[in-house]
Amino acid sequence: MPIVVDGKTFETDEEGYLANINDWVPGVAGVMAKEDDLELTDEHWDIINFLREYYEEYQIAPAVRVLTKAVGKKLGKDKGTSKYLYGLFPYGPSKQACRYAGLPKPTGCV
Amino acid sequence: MSILHTVNKSPFERNSLESCLKFASQGASVLLMEDGVYAALAGSSAESQLKAGLGKVSIYVLGPDIKARGFHEDRLIAGIKVVDYAGFVDLAVDNDKVQAWL
Amino acid sequence: MSEVVKKFMYLNRRAPYGTIYAWESLEVVLIGAAFDQEVNLMFVDDGVFQLVKGQDTAGIGMKNFSPTYRTLGDYEVKNIFVDADSLAARGLTQDDLVAIAYEDMDTEEEIENIVEVVDAARVTELMDESDVVFSF
Repeated sequence: MPIVVDGKTFETDEEGYLANINDWVPGVAGVMAKEDDLELTDEHWDIINFLREYYEEYQIAPAVRVLTKAVGKKLGKDKGTSKYLYGLFPYGPSKQACRYAGLPKPTGCV
Repeated sequence: MSILHTVNKSPFERNSLESCLKFASQGASVLLMEDGVYAALAGSSAESQLKAGLGKVSIYVLGPDIKARGFHEDRLIAGIKVVDYAGFVDLAVDNDKVQAWL
Repeated sequence: MSEVVKKFMYLNRRAPYGTIYAWESLEVVLIGAAFDQEVNLMFVDDGVFQLVKGQDTAGIGMKNFSPTYRTLGDYEVKNIFVDADSLAARGLTQDDLVAIAYEDMDTEEEIENIVEVVDAARVTELMDESDVVFSF
């Protein structure tokens, strides 16, 4: 179902991931979060931005345990835990945060 | 009758280039594209085959396919000309027909 | 986890972009990495071209998936082998290939490059030791 951000329509796939990663604007994350009844904080944005950088460098949306490991390395050990990440993104840190970040569905998430 | 031959298979996997060079007439043009561009690399086991071919035909290689695979012109066998897509079109137009070696 | 750990080998013999095999293999490896098996990646014949660094596909309108090989360490794939003869036959050396890093999160030991160039006898040995070989 396409989503509308500031009057502009964005195509998504059947699971709600943005059809074209290059279309992404920060407002996309806001609208998606609102649909999930989630208020985005700086901590959420740290992960969303981290995922966009990760994709830019490796051309892949990481699986959740890869994300956890990479976040721990980049943003500090206290943040590289399932507990912390699930606290932020209850629907699955990688799946949900990748969707907000405009990335495809993570590779290796089962 | 001039012919542009295209080869899009790796010389290490198939004999497309070998057959092309065997049957192409003197002075024909051969364009290496897609996985066929690997034949243009200097220092490989296909080098002597290609060098022998240079004495018989003009050999071209598609630049975007070389770049996509991580190589630059400095890795190519001397005497091979690099063309872009516009150059490919020119070659097709300048010859009477195009023959593909798949 | 009480499952028996099997040794899987992914045997890569095709160049990237000309056919879909290289990308399919990489996807299967990344998805399969979730299952905690012992994985060996083997690159022989034209498969060695998959690891050539500096790939730039902007001109051919295809996705450049070569940067993704560098995440294999993050996916806990830590055994990556390249057949020396295949490299030499293509005029390549290890300097032409990407480096893939691996960090053990428990010991914090970091290996700068887990890509290992091996001789034919070692390739044979690794194949013999595998429980399953997936060919691409």
